[in-house]
Amino acid sequence: MTPVEIRDVVLNILDEIAPDDDLTDIKDDVAFRDQLEMDSMDFLDIVMELRKRYRIQIPEEDYPQLASMESTVTYLEPLLKDTAKV
Amino acid sequence: MGPPDTGLRDTGLRYTARPLEAAKDDQLIANVSPEQRSPEQRIVITGVGMTAPNANDLPAFREALLAGRSGVQSYEIRYFGKTVAGVCSFDHHRYQKRRDVKRGTRAGSVGVYCGHEAVQDSGVDWENTDRSRVGIYVGVTEHGNVETENEIHEIKAYDYDTSFWSHHHNPRTVANNPAGEIALNLGITGPHYTIGAACAAGNAGIIQGAQMLLLGDCDLAIAGGVSESIHTFGIFASFKSQGALAEHDDPTQASRPFDKDRNGIVVAEGGCLYTLERFADAAHRRAKVYGELVGYAINTDATDFVLPNAERQAECVELAIKRAGLAADQIDIVSTHATGTTSGDVQECAALRKVFQDNSNTLFNNTKSYIGHSMGAAGALEMAGNLMAFEDGICHPTINLESVDPACELAGLVANEPREKKDVSYILNNSFGMLGINSAVIIKKV
Repeated sequence: MTPVEIRDVVLNILDEIAPDDDLTDIKDDVAFRDQLEMDSMDFLDIVMELRKRYRIQIPEEDYPQLASMESTVTYLEPLLKDTAKV
Repeated sequence: MGPPDTGLRDTGLRYTARPLEAAKDDQLIANVSPEQRSPEQRIVITGVGMTAPNANDLPAFREALLAGRSGVQSYEIRYFGKTVAGVCSFDHHRYQKRRDVKRGTRAGSVGVYCGHEAVQDSGVDWENTDRSRVGIYVGVTEHGNVETENEIHEIKAYDYDTSFWSHHHNPRTVANNPAGEIALNLGITGPHYTIGAACAAGNAGIIQGAQMLLLGDCDLAIAGGVSESIHTFGIFASFKSQGALAEHDDPTQASRPFDKDRNGIVVAEGGCLYTLERFADAAHRRAKVYGELVGYAINTDATDFVLPNAERQAECVELAIKRAGLAADQIDIVSTHATGTTSGDVQECAALRKVFQDNSNTLFNNTKSYIGHSMGAAGALEMAGNLMAFEDGICHPTINLESVDPACELAGLVANEPREKKDVSYILNNSFGMLGINSAVIIKKV
């Protein structure tokens, strides 16, 4: 997947996790927590969805990497570079 | 060989076993006769929030019951397949965000809906209410089965690898979940918990709320029961294996308590929560009062896991009547528990005949014939179905009663057509459950 495709995947997951939030103007360099109604259980939802869709295991010490869209895409890029988008 | 070493210091005190000695009846709060209760010892209903398979508020529920309209429909659930059930259609986004509906449980959503509706109906100034003085007491027959079945179904797709098991499982399945979701949604910081009481849970929730008001634990109790049971295949499969699941070509005729052709229970979901207050508080704010809880009782068969015991049921009803300071023939309407099973209906009728002895005043009806058995909500919902009789002077009938089983004969059984009943003053609501739990609640017109 390209970074653009990864961003689409994360956006799709966020749409499921935060269905009441408007994601059209999400700022990639701002923490999710500062612009969406999200808590720690929601972050675990992101981890679980990535595990279910792409079978990637994200260790707990890497969770801070999922703070914003920018950092998430950067973190996932090497993990998903050989994986097709589903 | 001497006694085992408990590690405890021997105090030298020795106790001789003696029978329990009951306190004098008039020293117990539960036994203070109604006329001697102070305004602070009188508990009244000031608001009703509900969803049933045939209505989503009290006036609509009453209208459906007087019109004989069933809410039972065809239903299908994974693994089990086709059956019939009572399914609710309340707007679960009226008081919850989509995120909260997704994160929580069906029982939680039912509770949030009913809780909001009850508070609104009570007319209490909610914005200025001290939420730390509000208590939530929600009866449940079971909780967690739906969510556990869902998770097992989900991880089947991952070859039962538990690393795919949801982190939402525990907050969804803790036994206090439905009450906790109400607290979260309404910002209530007083006590919240559920009362597990099988199918007597709706009454048990009401009783618990009343007791907490009497103890001064809260000033407003949100109390009653909820059920999400139609979303667990296990309850259908278990009743089927027990030979106690209703079947009928026409779903609206499947729930038929007391009828010769009854063949079991129709499982339903639903909820009914009341706002309960001490009469002194309700009068102070000039609240509308639906009725006063003047008597209640809970007892136990201690004879069987599932089979009811008419003698214990009769004792329970008699105790509630005694605590209300009444004679049996002063009860105007008995809202029966009967679920449509072969033996359960017969046992309840035997108990009722013993207590009410064919008196000419008391009428009997059954609300499950319209909505099925809404489990944890049943006691509270069935009481709600009858509450308006104080106003309209009508006893709604038991429907689908084409041919009464002789073993279920009751002199005042109201069948298929509503019956006028002038000056309804007392309604008694029965609710019984597995493991032999029996409950009865008596509401008085105020």
